[in-house]
Amino acid sequence: MSKTIATHEPKGTDIGLPHGEPKPYWNPYAAGVGLGLTLVLSFYLMGNGLGASGAFTRFVAFAEAMFAPRFVAGHPYWKTYLGSEPILKDWLVFEILGALVGGIVASLTAGRFKVESEHGPRVNAKQRAMLAFAGGLLVGFATRFARGCTSGQALTGGSLLSVGSWAFMMSVFAGGYAAAWFVRRQWQ
Amino acid sequence: MNGPLAANGVFGEQFGFIVAFFVGGLFGFFLERAGFGSAKKLTADFYGRDMAVLKVMFTAIVVAMVGVMYLGIFGRLDISLVTIPPTFLWPQIVGGLIFGVGFVMGGYCPGTAVVAAGSGRKDALWFLLGILVGIGVWAEGYPLYKEFYVSGSYGVYTLSQWLGLPSGVVAFAVILMALGAFWFATYVERLMAAKALRGKDQSA
Repeated sequence: MSKTIATHEPKGTDIGLPHGEPKPYWNPYAAGVGLGLTLVLSFYLMGNGLGASGAFTRFVAFAEAMFAPRFVAGHPYWKTYLGSEPILKDWLVFEILGALVGGIVASLTAGRFKVESEHGPRVNAKQRAMLAFAGGLLVGFATRFARGCTSGQALTGGSLLSVGSWAFMMSVFAGGYAAAWFVRRQWQ
Repeated sequence: MNGPLAANGVFGEQFGFIVAFFVGGLFGFFLERAGFGSAKKLTADFYGRDMAVLKVMFTAIVVAMVGVMYLGIFGRLDISLVTIPPTFLWPQIVGGLIFGVGFVMGGYCPGTAVVAAGSGRKDALWFLLGILVGIGVWAEGYPLYKEFYVSGSYGVYTLSQWLGLPSGVVAFAVILMALGAFWFATYVERLMAAKALRGKDQSA
């Protein structure tokens, strides 16, 4: 009798996530084909490619307009975001929310959802958080010069053969490889 | 039905937002499946350990490029109604360089950080916060680089216009370049794996 009870006992803190080893990542070429077809679908349905940083710019514009509407109305950059339409009523905002849900679904179904901070053994979570924040700051800053990021410029503009998008993509790799040595301890 | 469906009035604005959500969902799904919800996997590209970023990106670009051309040739997609990002050469080069530094330092780019946050990564939340602050800081400095921001303006300017070659020829060159990059990436991965193995032997 005790045996049958034991089999029904929950193991550890089960919050309903899939158990066991995470599934392996897809072959990069297969994942690339999936992304490429998503991009074609986006062009065919909407006439727009994919994007990410444009949505974040709208989040910032929205937050600043909420707390300081007069400041935004007089701001040389932000005033261009004020129009007859609400700031967040933009296809990129809906697309990036979809990407978040897509990421959640994909990580859950692959057994990869895990609340953690990724870093190598030589840095701690706090140092990793600082590097992540500083890197994000540079990336956010850079996207406004470039008018997009790896999604809106490199992928979308790259596939449409835009000269500026290709220049951006090559510069991203150049900047990344040049700086990699300085932050290598993060992962070693 | 000929695309873009939104521009051809097949569906309205409201439905367009639902479409955007689902297209975004596929985007996030494939990014996660590629392993791009992990900063470790993403940055491994910059150390030659795992060149998945390069492979996935160039594959996606080639597939989308060929797909758009194919649909265009068969009259299924009016390419003149597809938004091509305009070229502002100098801010895009400078932006790209700063972006690259931030990418390898922070471990993500904006789209992959969203997917990583959806996978539970706490460092991705810090990165996303950094993006928002960075955008805000840039906007405050805007008067300083107002002119630089629109420098090198060529409007919508494609590689085939620049090179004076038909887009089919340019596409073929891009495919060849991608294949070369795949070969090179795999070569570097093997080289780095062999180097790592030797390093272990010496320390043992």
